[in-house]
Amino acid sequence: MKTFTFAAGLLLATSAVAQENVLTVYAPDYFTSEWGPGPKIEELFEAQCECDLQFKPGELLPRLLLEGDRTEADVVIGLNTDVTKKARESGLFAEHGVDLSSLTLPIDWTDATFLPFNYGHTAFVYDTTKMEAPASFDALLNADDDLRLVIQDPRTSVSGLALVLWVQAVYGDQAQAAWEKLAPKIVTVTKGWSESYGMFTDGEADMVLSYTTSPAYHIIAEGDETKKAAIFPEGHYFMVELAAKVAATDQPELAQDFMDFILGEDFQSMIATGNWSIPAALDQSAWPEGFQKLDLPESVLFYNETEAAALRDEAIEAWRAALSQ
Amino acid sequence: MARSPFAIIAGLTLAALTLGPVAVVLIRAGGLSALAPGDWLALRFTVWQALLSAVLSVALAVPVARALVRQRFPGRAVLVTLMGAPFILPVIVAVMGLIAVFGRAGLVNDVLGGLGLPLVDIYGLHGVLLAHVFFNLPLAVRMLLTGWQAVPGERLRLATSLGLSRAALWRVIDGPVILRVAPGALVVIFVICLTSFAVALTLGGGPRATTVELAIYQAMRFDFDLGRAATLGLIQLALGLGAGILALKVTQTDGFGLGRDRALVRRDGAGWRRWTDGMWIALAGLFLLVPLGAVVLRGLQGLMLLRADTIVAAGHSVAVAGASTVLCMIWAVALANRRGELLALAAITVSPLVLGTGLFLMLRPFVNPFTMALPVTALVNALMGLPFALRIITPQAEALKTDYGRLRASLGLTGWAWLRLIWVPRLRRPLGFAAGLVAALAMGDLGVIALFADPDRATLPLQVYRLMGSYQMEAAAGAALLLLALSLGAFVMLDRGGRLAEA
Repeated sequence: MKTFTFAAGLLLATSAVAQENVLTVYAPDYFTSEWGPGPKIEELFEAQCECDLQFKPGELLPRLLLEGDRTEADVVIGLNTDVTKKARESGLFAEHGVDLSSLTLPIDWTDATFLPFNYGHTAFVYDTTKMEAPASFDALLNADDDLRLVIQDPRTSVSGLALVLWVQAVYGDQAQAAWEKLAPKIVTVTKGWSESYGMFTDGEADMVLSYTTSPAYHIIAEGDETKKAAIFPEGHYFMVELAAKVAATDQPELAQDFMDFILGEDFQSMIATGNWSIPAALDQSAWPEGFQKLDLPESVLFYNETEAAALRDEAIEAWRAALSQ
Repeated sequence: MARSPFAIIAGLTLAALTLGPVAVVLIRAGGLSALAPGDWLALRFTVWQALLSAVLSVALAVPVARALVRQRFPGRAVLVTLMGAPFILPVIVAVMGLIAVFGRAGLVNDVLGGLGLPLVDIYGLHGVLLAHVFFNLPLAVRMLLTGWQAVPGERLRLATSLGLSRAALWRVIDGPVILRVAPGALVVIFVICLTSFAVALTLGGGPRATTVELAIYQAMRFDFDLGRAATLGLIQLALGLGAGILALKVTQTDGFGLGRDRALVRRDGAGWRRWTDGMWIALAGLFLLVPLGAVVLRGLQGLMLLRADTIVAAGHSVAVAGASTVLCMIWAVALANRRGELLALAAITVSPLVLGTGLFLMLRPFVNPFTMALPVTALVNALMGLPFALRIITPQAEALKTDYGRLRASLGLTGWAWLRLIWVPRLRRPLGFAAGLVAALAMGDLGVIALFADPDRATLPLQVYRLMGSYQMEAAAGAALLLLALSLGAFVMLDRGGRLAEA
């Protein structure tokens, strides 16, 4: 009975919200927390749109695929390149229609459906007071086995998948041999980024698979410049976050306004510290100071969705085989 | 009560809510799909680690619980309560606590290193077992304790006045208690460990420790292969139910007879047994409490960083826990028998991911799933808690039937009167323990919220993950401490409520 009253109360509370001019945006879960970029995006966009932007956090693509054309979503934000192929094939998304000439990405981006809003690169983050960074990926492979590394599982996390593609891009046919050299240094593999990063900040690992942009958080939010990303001359794997417009949206104009808003200055100058990533369309001189201090790679590695889809199973298998021995 | 309409309705809803979602996912997927070769390896590892975890947890729980039954010392009640805490911790928090103690940079290695001894490495199958024993030893201990406490004082007094040797005491009291409790405890723990995923991976050290649940997660989330997810989910279900049927076959249910509820201290714990008992209690206490201490220490600073949204999330969690507990206890009262228990086992064997997806598909045609985030979480947590509640209540409920069956028949007590006059008063202790456990579990469980998430209605465990995902490791540790305090608070309140009869 109590449950029923409780449930009924919640239902009433929600249906009371006006349904007009609501832009429904699906986003990853971390997006909408007080510390994520969601609240700032909502504030900035609502100031210009005379509408109500509502985030619905949670699993993005699985939920959309389950819902199909009947989805409530007007826009989806926070997709990664490893799902764009599936997403494109679903036919659920419309072209974004945004001029891409303002993009400042380190790679050429011409996708008409998926619009980048921020990026970073895979990198191993370490504490400069505790160790010296290996000078290259090769140096990392050949480092002493005492080096303690924590990474994420490519089967359950986006960053873990980017890592195996990174190794694939650097070592090609020799990927499994590279993993075998790395294996003794890997303390453990976690389900997601949070667990790994927690282990790193707790001192359980010397280096953690994270992003080139992670040190910016420590510099800006904590005034701590001792956390750095080791930069390798072999190149770093490019990771980009994307937004897309849902074809079946019942708010096509608002959705389009939102897509245009994403590459605008308001959004772009906020997203660096909002999502701890590099803005996709903002000149480096306009980045927050902490971001200007970041060590960034000269060379960027990236597989487009078709190449990545073709390589994925092989790359994961090289990782699995080497780490299962 | 086994065949009352109440029980039938409760049973049918339970079946619909656990098997229904699996069926819906299967229909949506258009049938089962073949397994990948890696899935068989995962299956083997899953069963093996779950089996070892269950056996170890129960085997270690026997000496610890017996020591606690035989010995009385100041702080015993507090220790028993605190020892229950690991079971109710959210996975990610417990793992961090364990790593702080047993990890490479942990306390144990600090001490070993200081003494110039070789360091231990937690990561591997032994790490998985360590974590699973950490979670489940307390549950097994409490189940055994409840079993021992159900032995009437008169029996012990008779045994003492007859001058029974320790071997004889073992034969007439301890042995039967263990035989009555252990099989069920083994199954429940086996089944919980079947669906282990993040713990197994993190402490297992890598892909060697791949479980079926991980494969389901991968299939659902990365490959969008519902067929494979459903196939794996069904295999998991079959394993859990198979174990359940086996355990119910070997469990004894004869009662210990009636007593006048006088508490009696056992006298067989004297002499050198004081020392061995003391050692068991100290070891178990250290093993369970030191990692908890690490969680508390990590969290204290973070408490200052908590903001309004975390407090609101805590409120949601309390509401969810309350609703889950009420719902679960109604189910438990209706289904406290063997068949009910088997049915309830299905609830925790079904992969939470499959369950969540199925419920999402079931609800979607009727309501907006987003608005249902908290009710669905409450419902699922009630389902998840039911097998534990039943495992705690059923052995004594069945014994009650044997012991009071004649009284019931001669007085012609029916339904409500039986429940009010005999059942509830006689089962206060297990009912309180079960309610406390369910409340604490519901507080700490993420449930199936991922597909139903709502930005304004996060629960506290979800908030912990969100904070961690935004680099707020300290605040997350603070939120985790708050969660621990709330879970433990709910547990103590209800468990104490059940034990008041003792005074």
